[in-house]
Amino acid sequence: MSEDLIIRVRDLRKIYRVGEVEVHALRGVNLDVPRGEFLCVAGPSGSGKSTLFHILGGLLAPTSGTVIVDGHDLSKLTDSQRTALRRRMVGFVFQKFNLLPTLTAYDNIAIARHIAGRNQDNDPWFRQVVELLGIADRLHHKPSKLSGGEQQRVAIARAIINHPAILLADEPTGNLDSQNSAAVLKILRDLNERLGQTILLITHDPVVASYAHRVVHMLDGRIVDAES
Amino acid sequence: MVNKLVLENLKHRPVRTALSILAIGIEVTMMLTLVGLSRGMLADVARRARGVGADIVVRPPGTSLIGLSSAPMSEKMVDFLRRQPHVTHAVGSMTHPLSGVTTITGIRLDEFDQISGGFKYLEGGPIRNRDEIIVDRYYARQNNLHAGSTIQLLNRTWRVAGVVEEGKLARLVIPLDVLQELTANPGKISQVWVKVDDPANIPRVIASLKEQLKGYPIYSMEELTSLISVNNVPGLKAFITVIILLAIVVGFLVVFLSMYTAVLERTREIGILKALGASPLYVLNILFRETVLLALAGTVLGILFSYGTRWVIMRWAPASLTQMIVPDWWAIAGAIALGGALLGASYPGWRAARQDPIEALAYE
Repeated sequence: MSEDLIIRVRDLRKIYRVGEVEVHALRGVNLDVPRGEFLCVAGPSGSGKSTLFHILGGLLAPTSGTVIVDGHDLSKLTDSQRTALRRRMVGFVFQKFNLLPTLTAYDNIAIARHIAGRNQDNDPWFRQVVELLGIADRLHHKPSKLSGGEQQRVAIARAIINHPAILLADEPTGNLDSQNSAAVLKILRDLNERLGQTILLITHDPVVASYAHRVVHMLDGRIVDAES
Repeated sequence: MVNKLVLENLKHRPVRTALSILAIGIEVTMMLTLVGLSRGMLADVARRARGVGADIVVRPPGTSLIGLSSAPMSEKMVDFLRRQPHVTHAVGSMTHPLSGVTTITGIRLDEFDQISGGFKYLEGGPIRNRDEIIVDRYYARQNNLHAGSTIQLLNRTWRVAGVVEEGKLARLVIPLDVLQELTANPGKISQVWVKVDDPANIPRVIASLKEQLKGYPIYSMEELTSLISVNNVPGLKAFITVIILLAIVVGFLVVFLSMYTAVLERTREIGILKALGASPLYVLNILFRETVLLALAGTVLGILFSYGTRWVIMRWAPASLTQMIVPDWWAIAGAIALGGALLGASYPGWRAARQDPIEALAYE
């Protein structure tokens, strides 16, 4: 694998079985992502982009093909190895924020560190992240007391707190108004530009896609074209 | 961090948490109250036997240690025992069951006073007529009786001659010949209380009596009171075991339902944790810690409740029931409750640990 590629996908296939029926979600996807790229995967509903997202994030095992993320071949990992990989190498940002409702913003971020086995207090990186995301004064509030934009910023903080190799964002602005959407996208672009964070963003919104360095389009389980 | 999550989870659903703790508390209360009642009532029997002041007790052949439902021994036994060397006093008593665990005892009061030093009267005085009865303080309190009150027992009306301090022989005492007549047992008694001249002679007298009275259970008072225990009452230990098993089942079901609904409700949150890289063990650990906390809180509540049940019993039924506080059973009851609770949390925990993160995150 080339030194500057953080993701290399070759002939990736994923088949779901629904009863007796086989559903081909991915039909031979090939994708290279250089380290530090902000890539957008666009496509309509059912095109396979979420399946690709789940496989790259180690949430789902591929049926066949090769998926190499930061030197690890995900197609050869067991469930528990993929779980371990998610702890340190992947950060997720979801459309529905997916914060733990019983914990404060601070604890929602801290729990990701705890799961990854990093429990040090007064971590300068922690302070840097919350300041970067502008949530330092909202840390002791629970998600129900935060606006959608604030919740998504907490979710981004949680995603990057363990210095992941890749940040996967699935429709991160899908539940936000235009103002908050723009703010979140700007944060993602800042993370990419200032920290060199590799980001894969899934969306069907061309405005959102315009924030990325490059956009690849998916249709019927295949990447059909790419634009820079 | 996990402890914080556990506490916040429990706080997030206060009613469910409170009900789970309450149910485990009731489970623990059941155990502690049952054991406390068993021990308390047996201790009360032993205390009242000691209160007689006798050194030896002679029971009819084939009778159980605390079962006193008949009068199968001739009153002539009293005279026989009085004639034995070193015996200074012998007094017969007859015990007849009334209802539940309540019994009435017949004695010859003058003879009983000689061996026991007499009752301590809190109200009124000794029996002077055949329709009079002595009751102890607990029976008087439970039935709102005072000296001069009347009470219906054995199909006749009795006048309370005196209220005496508890802890001596019986709660209800009437003349022996009256009880014999009412129960159609003329000349019969249930046991004989024997006092000897010197405690050092007790073993010798017992040995002599055992030689002469083959088949009669003969105990020193020390031996009798030590034998009055849960292990020596037929069926009691089995009964306690059955109730404890029922308590475990209750605890198991409550925690099972509580954790099952918690896992269903938190499907999405479990998915989030798993997406963040939480292992099945991490998820299981959270649920088990919640369960341990519920069980600990329930155990503390159960211990407090056992004081409550004792207070209620002492307030409303001190003559019928006696409950001891049993600190040596606190840890046992807690461990049993914890075991049942962990068992109840096992399946929901297993489900949570195995949850697919993608399906869980899609859960609404």
